[in-house]
Amino acid sequence: MVEDVARADGPGTGTAAVDGGGGRASGEAVVAAEVFPFPFPERRRLLEGVRAYGLIMAMWVRSTMAYRASFAMTVFGDFAVTAFDFVTILLMFSHVDALGGYSLPEIALLYGLSATAFGLCDLLLGSMDRVGRRVRDGTMDTLLVRPVPVLAQVAADRFALRRVGRITQGLLVLGYALVTLDIAWTPLKVLMLPTMVVSGAAIFGAVFVAGAAFQFVAQDASEVQNSFTYGGTTLLQYPPTIFAKDLVRGVTFVVPLAFVSWLPALYVLGREYPVGLPQWVAFLPPLVAAGCWGLAGLAWRTGLRSYRSTGS
Amino acid sequence: MRLYAVVAAGGFRRYATYRTATAAGVFTNTVFGFIVAYTYTALWDARPRLGGYDASEALTYVWLGQALLMACAMMGGGFEDELVERIRTGDVAVDLYRPVDLQLWWLAGDLGRAAFHLLGRGVVPMVLGALAFDLALPGSPWTWAAFLGSVFLGVVVSFAVRYLVALSAFWLMDGVGAMRIVSLAGLFFSGMLLPLNLFPGLLGEVARALPWSSLLQVPADVFLGKHTGWGLVEAYAFQGGWAVVLLVAGRLVQTAATRRVVVQGG
Amino acid sequence: MSERETDVADTAGEAGGMGEAGVMGEADTGGETGVAEVGAAGEPGSADVARGVTRRAQGGPLGAGVDEGGFITLDGVEKVFQVRRRTGLLRSERREVRAVDGISFRVARGEVVGYIGPNGAGKSTTIKMLTGILTPSGGRLRVAGIDPSRERTRLAHRIGVVFGQRTTLWWDLPLRDSYRLMHRMYRIPDRRYRENLDRCVELLDLGELLEVPVRQLSLGQRMRGDIAAALLHDPEVLYLDEPTIGLDVVSKVKVRQFLKDLNAERGTTVLLTTHDLTDIEQLCSRVMVIDHGRLMYDGSLAGLHEVGESERMLVVDLERELPPIRLESEGADGRPPVRVVKVEGPRQWLAFPAAASAAPLVARIAAGYPLVDLSVREPDIEAVIARMYESAP
Repeated sequence: MVEDVARADGPGTGTAAVDGGGGRASGEAVVAAEVFPFPFPERRRLLEGVRAYGLIMAMWVRSTMAYRASFAMTVFGDFAVTAFDFVTILLMFSHVDALGGYSLPEIALLYGLSATAFGLCDLLLGSMDRVGRRVRDGTMDTLLVRPVPVLAQVAADRFALRRVGRITQGLLVLGYALVTLDIAWTPLKVLMLPTMVVSGAAIFGAVFVAGAAFQFVAQDASEVQNSFTYGGTTLLQYPPTIFAKDLVRGVTFVVPLAFVSWLPALYVLGREYPVGLPQWVAFLPPLVAAGCWGLAGLAWRTGLRSYRSTGS
Repeated sequence: MRLYAVVAAGGFRRYATYRTATAAGVFTNTVFGFIVAYTYTALWDARPRLGGYDASEALTYVWLGQALLMACAMMGGGFEDELVERIRTGDVAVDLYRPVDLQLWWLAGDLGRAAFHLLGRGVVPMVLGALAFDLALPGSPWTWAAFLGSVFLGVVVSFAVRYLVALSAFWLMDGVGAMRIVSLAGLFFSGMLLPLNLFPGLLGEVARALPWSSLLQVPADVFLGKHTGWGLVEAYAFQGGWAVVLLVAGRLVQTAATRRVVVQGG
Repeated sequence: MSERETDVADTAGEAGGMGEAGVMGEADTGGETGVAEVGAAGEPGSADVARGVTRRAQGGPLGAGVDEGGFITLDGVEKVFQVRRRTGLLRSERREVRAVDGISFRVARGEVVGYIGPNGAGKSTTIKMLTGILTPSGGRLRVAGIDPSRERTRLAHRIGVVFGQRTTLWWDLPLRDSYRLMHRMYRIPDRRYRENLDRCVELLDLGELLEVPVRQLSLGQRMRGDIAAALLHDPEVLYLDEPTIGLDVVSKVKVRQFLKDLNAERGTTVLLTTHDLTDIEQLCSRVMVIDHGRLMYDGSLAGLHEVGESERMLVVDLERELPPIRLESEGADGRPPVRVVKVEGPRQWLAFPAAASAAPLVARIAAGYPLVDLSVREPDIEAVIARMYESAP
């Protein structure tokens, strides 16, 4: 059977591919895939996606390095534009001692966590708002004929190393906060910091993916996504006490951005969350992130399917 | 003159075609308006009459910022990307030989764009802001008219700055970096992040004297009735002065650039 | 297109500013597609292929003869789009557009097929369904036994796609870097990759371009680069969307020769859309014409001419000025009716049916007249198709 297929496959099959992903090059692999269709499809797709992401990312980094001077300028620009957000807060604190009942170091902690998490996500998925443009100019099609998941290709599209500027700035503010804050550190609280950054980045990431999926339907609507991502991170840089309760509820229960920094950070700071919630909610960010990705993945599939049935 | 009117109308229509993008932009302006409005509320709760504004004036300032962000192109994002691209590809040589004035041509287009952005991106956030918060809206139609005059001058200043920077692409291979730095300056020194009245000491004085204050700080103060009578004339003179200086500078650079293109043979 | 149309019009009419040209072939290279050498033109004309072709009724399943398991198989494939059109400020109208309306055909392994038709006829929609980009709304479609829309990524390993004007190469990086990415992305075994790359580099003349950033390549160089990129993983099918559009003459020739070799040596099945008749003539053993989402014609190029009742033009340069060439009619043994349509000094234009071979005609002229040079002008493909519609029932 195997030999038959190999022969039928015509010239070139003799030098069968070593790895299973080789597709046509190995008749055996084709047969294997037909007899045992994708043993662990989801896991395999995930690994394929991550691998493809890495390959494409490396290409973009090399592309960027073709213009070193411009790269240096844009790294600085990214650093500066986010630094302005904190400069604004500093300017505010030149007039007041507390904002919404929070001191500067406390706000710096909120700011640092949110900016770092968002920066991480922005670095990894920052160009997902180009989906609409790709649909409009037809280059989405070139991604669909490749043997790797489209989501990975879109996520790695225009990977911009300059965005480390944003992370750097977030980490600097976070460092300032940790040095100046007077917190009774417990192992749990220490562990919560990196968890918050990673889950926070993942929650923002899910918003990016869902937003990208929405662009299959409305190609010009990338700005809507920006109001949730950039707007979200701006919101989280301030304490929840200054916002209307309904707004706080909205970002807790509807678009769960509050889990990026507010809920866990307020636990670390030992403060009350303005919308009454049990304390254990502070430990939910990883679960919330997973849930968000589940929904975002579903949205992405729906979006891609609609594109493939309408072509626009 | 007719020609430039047509160009301006074209600039208006061009942006008017992107309906979804405009709706999405309005949404974003509104979201940011809400976020910033709450932070200002917290600030003015702690320090009423900060910077000479009361709480409702401060909130008005927030929504004016959102309404004018695109119209005055505080972070850039008008014609300049296209101009830089034309310079980079050399297409600009064709423009230089056209029987039109390059600077006026782009200015007319940018005024058309600004007019659309003022209506399409400015009105709805302002209305929503006024519905959600207690804003200090002028009662007199003269104040509204004076405000529009100040916005017009702000757009011209904004154009003049961006034109000047875009022309730097004649000498720099890649204009992106320079544009980025200028858009940062626009964001910070226009008063978009925080009213310039709140900037302390020397920083504040410098910020208020720079051209970018014409983009938001001055129009907002006109709107809030801080400049009336001779004060209004002074405000106009400040904006108009910067506009003239920057437009003349742009013209000089344009002449030098033209010579450069001619020398290189296009 | 207009360029070629004027060419043909020139030939037929009295204008013609080519009298001063000594050597026909040289003078005409500017016309690009209008000219073909006699030998090449003769092949598709030699008409046993053409005879076998009958014009098929609109759409509908094709008759017997091609039913034996095709490599690419379409059975009544449809693609219907819902188009919203704004009719007022807030009102909009929904309309169904049948971009592909029940198309059926089979392509055997190793065939080279030209897929042509006016813009918006449904060509690219078909290609998008064949590559798995679009999901068909109806019908059955298989490529190498795979349902493209359901197993898109698996199919991707077995097909190569070149989108005419959208490069997939990395703009700011040397050409070689893009190939390295393909190497890793398609998991091409090292030895295979090196062999294929060497081969492409040699045949497509990419040697000196490998280290050049793609943004510095000319359109023709980039197209060659794109074709190589699509072939490194040994695809069994190659889809080309307008592979020669905008290319200079040299690049066109290189690309065509390469595709011919690829098909001959590797047996790669090629499906190409084009507006360039010379592409079809030099590459394709078979042409499919699609319009309004339906298959209008499926057969040889010569047969298409027959259906379109088009004529080719033989342009001969004689030693001196002579009266119009007259060939003795040799009875009704299928010899083409030839007529001289224009004389200009020593140059004469002779029209003959496009489906017929030029070779015997040339032989007969050479036997009776002092022949210096000659060339054959092809009819414009769009004109042929238009005439085909006119003659449709």
